Parts: sequence; C-alpha cells; structure tokens
Amino acid sequence: MININGLKFNYSDFVQQYNGFQLAIDELIIDANEKVAIVGPSGSGKTTLLNLLSGIYVPQTGSIEIAGTHISQLSDKQRRAFRINHIGFIFQDFALIDFLTVQDNIIHPYRISKALKLTKDVVERIQVLAELMGISDKLNRYPQQLSQGEKQRVAICRALLPGPSLLLADEATGNLDPDNKQKILELIFNSADTFNATLITVTHDHELLPHFDRVIDFKTFVSSTKAVVQKENGKVSGQKGNFHAQ
Amino acid sequence: MLNSFYLAWQYIRFYKLRSTILIACITLITFLPLSLQLLLNKSEDVLFQRASETPLLLGAKSSPLDLVLNSLYFDDETPTLISLNAADIIWDSEMASAIPLYIRFKARKTPIVGTTLDYFSYRKLELSSGRLLNLLGETVIGANVAKRLNLKVGDTLLSSPETVFDLAGIYPLKMKVVGILQPAYTIDDEAVLVDIKTTWIIEGLVHGHEDVTQIKDQSVILSSDAENVSANAKLMHYNEITEDNIDSFHIHGDTSQYPLTAIIVIPNDEKSGTLLRGRFINHEQYQLVKPITVIDGLMESVFRIKHIIDGVVFLVGIATLLAIFLVFSLSLRLREKEFATVFKMGGNRLTTAYLMSTEIIIIGFISLVACFLLLMLITHYSTEIVRLLIIQ
Repeated sequence: MININGLKFNYSDFVQQYNGFQLAIDELIIDANEKVAIVGPSGSGKTTLLNLLSGIYVPQTGSIEIAGTHISQLSDKQRRAFRINHIGFIFQDFALIDFLTVQDNIIHPYRISKALKLTKDVVERIQVLAELMGISDKLNRYPQQLSQGEKQRVAICRALLPGPSLLLADEATGNLDPDNKQKILELIFNSADTFNATLITVTHDHELLPHFDRVIDFKTFVSSTKAVVQKENGKVSGQKGNFHAQ
Repeated sequence: MLNSFYLAWQYIRFYKLRSTILIACITLITFLPLSLQLLLNKSEDVLFQRASETPLLLGAKSSPLDLVLNSLYFDDETPTLISLNAADIIWDSEMASAIPLYIRFKARKTPIVGTTLDYFSYRKLELSSGRLLNLLGETVIGANVAKRLNLKVGDTLLSSPETVFDLAGIYPLKMKVVGILQPAYTIDDEAVLVDIKTTWIIEGLVHGHEDVTQIKDQSVILSSDAENVSANAKLMHYNEITEDNIDSFHIHGDTSQYPLTAIIVIPNDEKSGTLLRGRFINHEQYQLVKPITVIDGLMESVFRIKHIIDGVVFLVGIATLLAIFLVFSLSLRLREKEFATVFKMGGNRLTTAYLMSTEIIIIGFISLVACFLLLMLITHYSTEIVRLLIIQ
C-alpha cells in the first residue's frame, strides 16, 4: 500500500523556523488495511510524515508510493486531486467549519474540489455514515451545538465520505475524555475495516497502542537511527522500515 | 462556482450581524451620493419647469426668493403683502394680464391658494369631477389633496386658524368642495384653490353675520340710530356660506387695498415684458421678478452646497471602504485555520480567494439591490421630498 524509499525532507524551503530539521526515511512499507500508530516526542517529524504521505509536502529526495501512485512525482494539482480522492484526514481539533451544518461539513470536500462530484448517491451515503456514527439526528445542527465526541464523529464522517483508501489521523483522540477516546478509536478502527482503508495515526496516548497492528516510535528511532516496529500485543516482529529524524 | 456561492452564502447567513452591518455600510455609502444627485436633479426639474412656465411675478419689494417660492411652490413663508391695486397697475399698462394670488392660509396643513378663474386656464388645470368656482366659500382641490384627505365633490373642508391662539378672531371657514382636479403632476395637485375673495373671508375682511336690524336679542346691540346700528362681539358670524346667508356677506373698506401675496404677470409679448420690467426696476413698493432667474440663483447655491456634501461623502466613503477592507482582512486572519483545513483536505489555495471574492460579490450585490430599491423609493416620493426638503 505505502512504500517509502530514500526519503529526505527538510523545511528550509518552507518555513525558516524549522531550519535544521530533517526527516530521512531509508525505507518504510505499510501494508494495505494495516493500522499503524506513530508515537514520539513533539518535533520528531510525526506530523511531517503525515503531510508527506498526503502530498502536502514533497520530499527533496526519495519517493513515496501509495497504492501504486508515486505521489512525489505528481504535479500540485494532481497531488490535491489524489489527496481528496484517496486520503481521509482526521484532525485533533476536528477542524469543522463553524458556519456550516453537520451535513454541510461532511459534504465539504465535495464543495472545495472539482475532483469530487457531488451526486445523489453521495448525499444518500451521508445518511448511512451518519447513522453508523450515531449522529443522524444532528445533521442540521451547527458544530457549536455538538459535544466534543460528536464533533469528532462528524470529522470522521467527512474523512470517510469520499471512500479513502488511506486514513490519516493526527491526534484524533487528543481532545476527548477517556470514555469518548475509546469509543472514537473503536469507530475509526471499524470505519477503516468497513472501507478497507489503511490507518496511520499519530498519537501521544500510549494506552491506545495495543490496539494497533504496528507502532512506529520516532523517539527510539532518533536514538538508534533505526526503525522500531512493534506488532500488536507488544510483540516485536522486527524491522520493516529504516528512517531517522535529525 | 456554485459551491463557492453556496459556501459564501452560508458564511454570510451565519454571521448575520456582521454581514448586515457591512451591507448597510456599502448601501449607505452608495445610496447617499446617488440619492442626493437624484433629488437635486428632480428639484432642478420641478423648480425650473414651474419657473419657466411663469414669465413674471409682481410682489412687494423684499426677498425675491420668498416671493417666488410662495407664489410658485406654495411655500409656508408668506412674503410681504401687496394690495389689489397693484393688479390694476398691470392691467392699466395694457402690456400684460394679471392673475392675483393670495397664498397665506391652510386647510388641514394644505395650502389655500386664493386666485381667479384665469389661474385654472393659465396652468391648464382640468377637472376630473365637479365644476369650477362659482360662489364664495367654494373650493376646487388638487388630485393629491382629494386622495390624501379622502374628499369628494360635496364634502366640506375647514380652513385652519393661522395660530392656535388666534385672538384676532379669524374664524375657520367651512368651504364646500365643488370640483376635483385631474393630476397635473405639479404642486397644484397639493393645493386647495379658492376665489381670492374667499381668502379675504378667511381673513375676516369680508364677512357675513346676522342682520343687526332684525335682531330680537337687544343685549347684542351697543348703539342704534337712524343710520347706524352697532353690535358687540356677541353678534353671530357665519362660518359657512350658504344660499340662505350669502347675501349677508359684505365688504368693509376699499377693496383696492385688500391684500395679495403676489401677482402672476403674463406679458402680451417679449417686448412688453421687457418694458414692464424696466418700469419696476426702481419702483419703491414693488418688484417684478423673472422666476427662472431667481430659481437659477437658488440652484447655484444648492449645487455649491452639494459640492461640499460630495466632498464629505467622498471622505466618508474612503473611510468606510478602509473599514470594510479591515473587516475582510481580519476575517481572513480569523479564517486561516478553516482555509488551512480546506487545503489539507485537497482544496486549491485559491479556494480561499474564491470564497472571499464570492462573499464580497454577494455582499456587494445585496448592497446594490438595497441601494437600487431605496433609490426607487426616493424616485417614487421625489416630488414630496423635494417639496419637504428644498421648497419648504
């Protein structure tokens, strides 16, 4: 599903304040439908990796291949079209648009890009997704009228609506209470299974790690310059990748 | 494009107060100079049309503007009075005809125009119902007056005292509506037209009362001899002219000294007009003015003021536009996160520009529609507004 080779990226071209940061990944392979957690200290490059996978950033060297497409070789327009068609984003702060209703928030990707066509089927799918997430009675409400847990369910619906093959969650449970945390994670897992999507989650919450197929710890990696790959239930299965951040 | 409009509209709808304030600002700043120009053009039309249709005006030697505004547009400001014999001067010259005007009183806030039947033919006033004036106490009313006061032929209309505490004892006169004019789309639509003598009755110069020689109540009689009978204030004065009491109405004193506010002078030809004007150049009592010249002077002053207002509106406009620019800049900063989300999801960075531009277009469009509707309203009531703001 995901194949990263010889990737090197630094922010010098983008943001001066990150000057000196460099993310380098010799090789990283993530299988289709795999659920991967990325952990590590702030500034270690976790979110940068998500942005590289989604094509927001382009590496200076190396390649990123997702579902057979070399996204680093695509034009800006093609990368955006790929992102909106194949990648679903779930953010820590939900990133809902406050002036749109729940339904309009879910449908939002279809309104901001010509790569997606808003059809009757799509509108019907919203209802199915909303029922799946338990928010079907809240479609006409505004985000400010929802609880934190409900907001994240809306964000998940929005990420899932285009039917992505890759779900990227950046601290998706970071703003939730423990009860909601578990429920939302369960929903994300179930959704990934239902939609046959690969899930990559950045998290600081170590309690959630046992649920994932694999955990990539950027901190261990920084010290050893080797990828640490852990299997579910804490069993170490061996290295599948090789990357480092400096 | 449709999606941009949808999203921009949702934003405008959600932030109603902010959007309303923006729309109000843009509407006002567009509407003010346009409405001002519209009203001035209308006032120019109204004033010039009427003035050009009135060749000369004879009045007392005082403010020519007061004379013209009162005589042509029935302004509340009464000019210095002249007497009826001024009309004789015009007639005697054999160079022009004269139409006397006495515009001083009101009936239910509507100007009473005392004149002669010549006025109707001169102003080309046509009746829509009823007849012209025949008797004292009768009135023919303008089309708007009939509509506004809900009057028809056969109804009565009471003249108003000049002041609330009218100790001089000018009694309200109950006038009978005998005719209603067709709309002339001039100020005549707003007038209560009566015979000049009827205005003198309102003033008390011509009056009717019980026949003192026939009174049975002797407490009314002050003194009595073979030639004269004097009565006190208890004597009943009539406030309505009927067939029964019309013969009791009589004039005291010399009618040639009875008051007028102005005389419309219609010269036989251009030369007669010029000669007549020459005669009145240095006249001690009267002035003969050309209304168009007076109105020209008035409009020059009005347009001078308009230039100042234009300057002020321009500066306020710049300030408003800067404020609007500031609002959109702040809005852009406040929405940075929203736009970042749009980009992360796969939207174009230009989506931000599209959304903001669409929002500006919608707000601008609504403002222009509001401005257009207000201008339509102003156009519809322009004659009344011009009368209220410029003439009165």
